Amino acid sequence: MSVRYRDISWRFLKVLHRDVVVAKRLWKVNFLVPLLEPAFYILAFGLGFRTLIGDVDYAGLKLTYVEFLAPALIASAVMWNSFFETTFGSFVRMYYQKTFDGILATPVSLEEIIVAEMVYAALRSTAAAAIMVAVLTPLGFVAFPACLLIPLVAFLGGMVFAAAGMIFTGAIPTIDMFNLPIFLFITPMFLFSSTFFPMTDVPVWGRVLSWATPLYHVVELTRGLALGAMDSDPWVSLAYLLIASIVLGDLALRSMKRRLVK
Amino acid sequence: MVKRYGAITAVKGVSFCVPRGEFFGLLGPNGAGKTSLIRMIYGFSPLSEGELLVFGKDIGTQWRYIRSRIGVCQQDNTLDPDLSVEQNLHVFAGYFNMKPAETRSRTDELLEFFALQHKRRSKVMDLSGGMARRLVLARALINNPELLILDEPTTGLDPQSRHQVWDRLGALRERGLSLLLTTHYMDEAASLCERLLIVDHGKALVEGSPQELIEEHAGRNIIEISPAPDGLLAFLEAKGAAYDDLGDRIVIYAGAESGLEETLRTRFCIDQCTIRPAGLEDVFLRLTGRGLRE
Ligand SMILES: Nc1ncnc2c1ncn2[C@@H]1O[C@H](COP(=O)(O)OP(=O)(O)OP(=O)(O)O)[C@@H](O)[C@H]1O
Ligand SMILES: [Mg+2]
Repeated sequence: MSVRYRDISWRFLKVLHRDVVVAKRLWKVNFLVPLLEPAFYILAFGLGFRTLIGDVDYAGLKLTYVEFLAPALIASAVMWNSFFETTFGSFVRMYYQKTFDGILATPVSLEEIIVAEMVYAALRSTAAAAIMVAVLTPLGFVAFPACLLIPLVAFLGGMVFAAAGMIFTGAIPTIDMFNLPIFLFITPMFLFSSTFFPMTDVPVWGRVLSWATPLYHVVELTRGLALGAMDSDPWVSLAYLLIASIVLGDLALRSMKRRLVK
Repeated sequence: MVKRYGAITAVKGVSFCVPRGEFFGLLGPNGAGKTSLIRMIYGFSPLSEGELLVFGKDIGTQWRYIRSRIGVCQQDNTLDPDLSVEQNLHVFAGYFNMKPAETRSRTDELLEFFALQHKRRSKVMDLSGGMARRLVLARALINNPELLILDEPTTGLDPQSRHQVWDRLGALRERGLSLLLTTHYMDEAASLCERLLIVDHGKALVEGSPQELIEEHAGRNIIEISPAPDGLLAFLEAKGAAYDDLGDRIVIYAGAESGLEETLRTRFCIDQCTIRPAGLEDVFLRLTGRGLRE
């Protein structure tokens, strides 16, 4: 079953609206995680690791380890939020709740449902990033007013991870098998995409691998906006994320259509 | 219409036509292909072969137009458990691009029509089976459809709830609604539908009004005799009578014309013998066999 782009209209906003109505019911839980998560990391690394790790050289700046880490926490929250939403979240709606089946009896196309799911996931990333920026800016870890652009980066990055998650949702037979892509892709990205250590001392092959991951580009852009300087070219990273969201988005639509059109 | 799932052909060329305003029923054993047919009609599944027009429009290209004018109650429960009763209707109205004012008035109207006002803010999970089914029906009517498609709307309901649903559907008939219904309840089909199509193994078997089908395929009365007395089978063969031999029981379909019924009553009703008017269930079992499906 091929993807029909002409079947995508603004009606996808109605499906998005559904997800937002549900999110509002759970807003307290949804807000708590991005609010507390950076606090935990900063406490752990700021207090616990302070004596173990010295300063970090990044893009000509001399940073404490926590200053280096804080923007990357925002970037990885972007990844986790949208990837979880289009894997576990969408799978439950698709498979257990049959929400998509119900919607397919109305003048909404499957393409619109999938687009709405991905946009919703990206918006969750955006909201998480915005909350974290609101926590980290007054603490001095994120520069004002450039930080106001971080949610935009979060949305774009969120679309990339949402699409990646959706590809697996279309392909995976049972819900517990999501552990596999998480173990194989998400966790390594979380650890090796210049999140916890700068790329300067890493051998070339490591740098290339890291560069190839979307998280690296989200981390770099977030760091650039938070610190006012970055190691790489922001336009390259933006282009990477834009292209990745389009390519992966198309693959996600294909994957879900193959699964759901019977 | 033909529908294939990989190597399985679930629908092997079925044709039918439902005129506007008619209540039309699809009957068939488990796995006959009813849901497959229905899913093609509302554009959930693409046709493997064939042509399908709804309101005179092609489902392949005009699906959005068609779906905005129909209401569907699927066989599986697709109510949104994340939303309350009222929110289920509101959100669904959104998919049809309904205006907020219209959505509110229509929601109130339907909650009242299906006696669900008191559950307005309940979670869907907390509804009984009957109430959930009524909510599915209410949701299917949110857009004031011209055609209502119901896939086993009353399965699992108690007699009270089923009668309530039938009453509501009867009221909608007065307003000119068309209905396409599948059911395993013969009394439901006989009392609601003007015309029926019996399908089995993906093929259409017979089509007609419940009365026509009964007269044509089950006769007037059914005579069940058990165990079969000597000479009964030979007698039935000689008369060319229609009957099913179930081993311990003989089911005879007695038409109005022959004096068969009278003869059987006097000559063969020795031990256990029941005579009752023929019904749709007799037609169904006779045409689709008594073997278990799937
Ligand atoms: N998505 C699917 N993939 C593969 N086979 C399917 C699929 N859906 C239905 N079938 C098969 O097609 C045949 C017809 O199924 P269908 O659901 O249309 O029957 P039905 O008449 O609705 O049965 P029931 O009364 O049990 O609901 C069955 O053999 C079923 O196993
Ligand atoms: Mg069915």
